[in-house]
Amino acid sequence: MKQEGIKNSNSKRGGNGLHSVLVYVRQHWQLYVLFIMPAFLLTIIFRYIPMGGVLIAFEEYNPIRGILGSEWVGFEHFQRFLSSPDFMRYLLNTLKLSVFGLLWGFPAPILLAFLLNRILSTKIKQKIQLVLYMPNFISVIVLCGIVRILLSPTGMINMLFGTSWNFMTMPSAFRTIYIASGIWQGAGWASIIYTAALSNASKDLKEAAVIDGANIFQQIKAVEWPAIRDTVLVQFIMSVGNIMSVGFEKAYALQTDLNLASSEIISTYVYKVGLLDGNYGFSTAVGLFNTVINVILLIAMNQIVKKMNDGKGMY
Amino acid sequence: MAKKKKSEFAKLPSEDKTALIIGYTILGLFCVAIVLPMIYIILASFVDPVTLQNQGLTFDFSKWTLTAYERVLSNSQIWVGFRNAIIYSVLFTVISVVVTLLAAYPMSRSDFKGKGFFNLIFMITMFFGGGLIPTYLLISNLGMLDSPWAVILPGAFGVYNMIIARTYYQGIPKDLQEAAEIDGANEMVYFFRVLLPVCTPIIATIAMWNFVGMWNSYFDAMIYLNSASKQPLQLVLRSILIQNQPEPGMVSDMQSTAQRAQLAELLKYATIIISSIPLLIMYPFFQRYFDSGIMAGAVKG
Repeated sequence: MKQEGIKNSNSKRGGNGLHSVLVYVRQHWQLYVLFIMPAFLLTIIFRYIPMGGVLIAFEEYNPIRGILGSEWVGFEHFQRFLSSPDFMRYLLNTLKLSVFGLLWGFPAPILLAFLLNRILSTKIKQKIQLVLYMPNFISVIVLCGIVRILLSPTGMINMLFGTSWNFMTMPSAFRTIYIASGIWQGAGWASIIYTAALSNASKDLKEAAVIDGANIFQQIKAVEWPAIRDTVLVQFIMSVGNIMSVGFEKAYALQTDLNLASSEIISTYVYKVGLLDGNYGFSTAVGLFNTVINVILLIAMNQIVKKMNDGKGMY
Repeated sequence: MAKKKKSEFAKLPSEDKTALIIGYTILGLFCVAIVLPMIYIILASFVDPVTLQNQGLTFDFSKWTLTAYERVLSNSQIWVGFRNAIIYSVLFTVISVVVTLLAAYPMSRSDFKGKGFFNLIFMITMFFGGGLIPTYLLISNLGMLDSPWAVILPGAFGVYNMIIARTYYQGIPKDLQEAAEIDGANEMVYFFRVLLPVCTPIIATIAMWNFVGMWNSYFDAMIYLNSASKQPLQLVLRSILIQNQPEPGMVSDMQSTAQRAQLAELLKYATIIISSIPLLIMYPFFQRYFDSGIMAGAVKG
């Protein structure tokens, strides 16, 4: 037994080339067969095979003839949707939703973290945090159900104002509903990471600042903001990188036939045109276009983080 | 304690006091905004449907009724949904946690040959995917349409969770592994007997997020599962809450369309409450893992 251990460490140091790799694999076969194989197989089957399926974007897909047997149409699908006015509207809806969502939604958790950090009693702070984190565990369906109930013509909001607006049918209200409910659900939970960063702010530094007579805003500027600045930047850059990947689930659950003018986004369009209407090739082309833009954004943003972080990226 | 806090506050300059009061007010309003809709829904779920529509919330208890709860709870589809959601979420959590923890181990070892290759294979999937239709066609070709595995397997290996677990393993002192090796433990023994027992916080965190994620999702179930008997809770909720289509039998005994509509509206309140009960029960358990969930929350939240 003991000998094997020594042999192990020898092979770790010992030589290079194919032979030593084979020796290593033979000695550590369990790492390959038992540990990494399940994840590897799942990844190949459910992630890589569909990547090959994007070929459908360049053909008139025929289920009977399969991916390789269908007729090639080149970039026809791409040309068709890029020149269609509808597509521009969906693209703009997607971008507006994420850009405005970022504009309103990004500062909210930072503000919450600063406010939480100013609560002197730990007990009260923990109670407030429990309340703030709770909505994060509500499902999209229940969240949208709550939104629909509160905003219905006879719901709580209309009761409060004595009106009977039907918000869910108003295209102009969709973005506000989507973004506000997102902040309602997510801002508390998102503040966790800033709260953690703030707790790293040096206590000594803060005490020194207080003794020097710094007021709250000066303390924030001199002590607290420097403690979370890097976290804020990384989070911001990641959010910008994800600007094209607006989730399907919530937008779809808040859609009604009447608010489609602003609620139809690329992911819901891909679903409808593909699975509901059966235009497989066209839908795949739209999805691929979205993915490619997203990848470019993510890689660009990762490069920026790398530059800031002395060569260490997010991925 | 309280006295000390009070004096600390009193010592502050007046402009700081103003700032703090404004800050606390904002925080308080945010909490009220979170809690108020929940309280409203709880209370309204007991109000008679006609009264609720005409007058809104009332504290005239003669107008209160349990009818919505009776109707929702006596409907079998809700229970089918609960049962399926539990089965899918538990299966998904077990499978994904096992696969993820196993894969993270070789990836955490500095001597693992092929680490770069596997890393690349896994990382690419974080950026690029086949998209909706190619994935759907794959599931269909595998004969997994209308099978729970279509919902469970494709997402079972999460690269992000693997990275979290790997980072955690790397934080475990190397001495532990060396000691185990000297004692003659092989990889399996070291992993199961030595490493995993000291990693329970991260295991619980990953398990919690995977469970909540599966419990709350509806998209995959919507596109892959057609039979009513296989629908998870979220799909049943969707037809009641979003599509305004209560399960047959919940409202069909009502005479007029107006009555049916009012009742359907009230059923939504009760449905939200009933579907939230498991969450409320589990919330205190989740709470213990919030801190270790910081990293997970950063991306998922």
